[in-house]
Amino acid sequence: MSAGARIWALHLAALALLAAGGVLLPAYHLTNFAKVMVLATYAMGYNIAFGYTGLLSLGHALFFGAGLYGAGMLVQHAGAAAGPAAIAGLLAGGAMAGVVGLLALRTQGVAFMIVTLMFAQAGYLTILYNTAWTRGDEGIVIAREARVLLGFDLSADLPRYFAAFALFAAGLVLKLWLVRSPSGRVMIALRENEERSRMLGYDPYARKLAALVISGLYAGAAGAAYGLLFGYVGASLASTQYSILPLLWVLLGGAGTVLGPFVGALLMFYLIDYSSAVTTASLLVVGVALVLLVLFAPKGILGTLRERWLKWLP
Amino acid sequence: MTSRLIGKTPNRRSVLGGMAAGAGALALPTFFPGYTHAQSAEPIRLGFQLHRTGIGASYGRWYERTATAALNVLNEAGGINGRPVEILFEDDGTDPARGAEVFGKLATQSNCDLVFGALFSHVVIGTAPRAAEMKVPYLVCSEGHHVASGMLNRWTLQPGITDVKSQVQGMAPFVTQNLGKKVTMIFPDFAFGHDHRDYFTAACAAQGGEVIAQIAIPPTETSFTRYFPQIPAETEVIYHVMVGPAVLTFVKELGEFYGSGARPQLFGFIDSLEAVDIASPGLEFLEGSHFWEAHPRYKQADASEHEVFYRNAVGVDDNGASVTDPADVATYAHMFSVWETLFVIKAGMEAAGYQGPADRQKLVEAIEAMTAFAESREHPQGDKTFNGKTHQAFGHQNISQVQGGKLIRVHRTSLEDGYYPDEVDYTTQSF
Repeated sequence: MSAGARIWALHLAALALLAAGGVLLPAYHLTNFAKVMVLATYAMGYNIAFGYTGLLSLGHALFFGAGLYGAGMLVQHAGAAAGPAAIAGLLAGGAMAGVVGLLALRTQGVAFMIVTLMFAQAGYLTILYNTAWTRGDEGIVIAREARVLLGFDLSADLPRYFAAFALFAAGLVLKLWLVRSPSGRVMIALRENEERSRMLGYDPYARKLAALVISGLYAGAAGAAYGLLFGYVGASLASTQYSILPLLWVLLGGAGTVLGPFVGALLMFYLIDYSSAVTTASLLVVGVALVLLVLFAPKGILGTLRERWLKWLP
Repeated sequence: MTSRLIGKTPNRRSVLGGMAAGAGALALPTFFPGYTHAQSAEPIRLGFQLHRTGIGASYGRWYERTATAALNVLNEAGGINGRPVEILFEDDGTDPARGAEVFGKLATQSNCDLVFGALFSHVVIGTAPRAAEMKVPYLVCSEGHHVASGMLNRWTLQPGITDVKSQVQGMAPFVTQNLGKKVTMIFPDFAFGHDHRDYFTAACAAQGGEVIAQIAIPPTETSFTRYFPQIPAETEVIYHVMVGPAVLTFVKELGEFYGSGARPQLFGFIDSLEAVDIASPGLEFLEGSHFWEAHPRYKQADASEHEVFYRNAVGVDDNGASVTDPADVATYAHMFSVWETLFVIKAGMEAAGYQGPADRQKLVEAIEAMTAFAESREHPQGDKTFNGKTHQAFGHQNISQVQGGKLIRVHRTSLEDGYYPDEVDYTTQSF
């Protein structure tokens, strides 16, 4: 089997397993997996910027929030249907990433982290203050009647699961294609050595901006899906925590791996779910897990697998 | 007869006949009251969405104690419909996303009949859609207006505490008639503060008063001195509802701003100082000021027998602190809602003849049919009315004054003070 066939076989098998999960998983885990797939889509987008292009952003909550509120407010205030709202969320995430990127990409490294963090904080406070539109920290509920897409009731367990699956599958396939394409190679080249890439004739600013916009589109789509699938749009989902979380998911699963964000999001979700049942220090458990990861598998789970055994893993 | 049975070997026909008789007997439980009892004695399992960690942890600690104390009283009195009751607590981290997950976990993994107990509005709003999706009753103790505003759904009810719109409306006459008519509001610049801003401004105007300045404090602020010069000199009353860890700094700096000179009257919501000792250093400035309390923290001279029973059962001393640790001050103004909600659940389940999850809709309908709760052990905060259409309870509110470092009640509103026109009729919505 060629390397390409093996790669596609692995990822399609992962998708097949998830599709089967829609039939096999019990109700509680069905909803959990739907949420994990939406959040993993967000993390996949983050991975395009961070894992593949080397852009360590601390402001992705702004893009996720743009998608969340782009869709949610359109439904709430304009009575839009789920389909147009989802598209609006997708575009809002991409547009916000484009605007932030135009300014923030003039900086690098730590400065880029801080600038993106400040943009995200400004976005969060904008949501918090404008209660007439956003209901601030309380957030808004998306009415069930509006959560219908192509005739499917997204508030029901199974349609929600498969809507999340469709989003995740599309994101995964697109990402796999992207990172194996010439453009993807340039992204990796930028991450490894920006000056050498420039010397080879690539425009780092334009390439990084494109990567950030694609990352923003993923975040926007995930944000919109979160609102429509789970019925809640709130400021806490656009807080700094939601900039840090995709970074942790990606680090846990493996930065610069296609499936890593899903693995990281899934493990982190259940780590919190199970540890919170036995201790109030569930975040300490997560912290210890991350410390152990840094000590023994600094490239994340799939990153370590790739380093030691599966050299072909994208 | 005994001798005739001894040595008698059962044949195939008699064994099959016996098995059939046994199966028939099992299918007819009325002949076997023991079996019926075993079924009906299955505990009712109530899920509790607990703010054990996160920003609501100080409330969560006391909500858990209150729920546990109420559960003991409930079970000692025979449970619900003669069945014992269990409460399963799950930490939601005071986070709306986690709140919805915890709700699902309680309903599906722990097989709870319903979920109750959440206080923070964003957790309630983030969780309510899940309640409707799963068709599981969700009884909140949040005091937010989101239930009565029509924002939520038929499965979400608030029978244990008055909502903030009603609270503020009930307070306004006292403020304008006793403290002053020119009011400056200082509030946190997010939804909680905005609710106070909007509801009080309207209620104050209705009473002939006027809000002459609205000073919104950003939630990220840790020092407040630069905002105080914005308070107009003609201010007669400062209405403050600051919350969060910076509230002690707020009061201290306000005291420093006015010094020992004349100052406007102060009126605040105890939310600012729940779980905080009024006698804390730096709070001396509050002496003589007024606070809203749904339930007076300090045991009042005219405390009812029900209030005394409740206070003892939860383990709170006369000063509103834990009987085992005077430094552990209760969230007393709010936590009665957990106690009262549990007894509304009992009344609702018994009225609905609740047997199991199939009767969840009947339970909601039974609670919707309720109209009033008399002051009693079950409702120690006082009598209340319940509006089944808006799913909202309305109770008396208390205004207390800080006197000698203690909160002494000086006014109690009537139920009618807090009424406002219905904004929703949930009973017309489908399940």
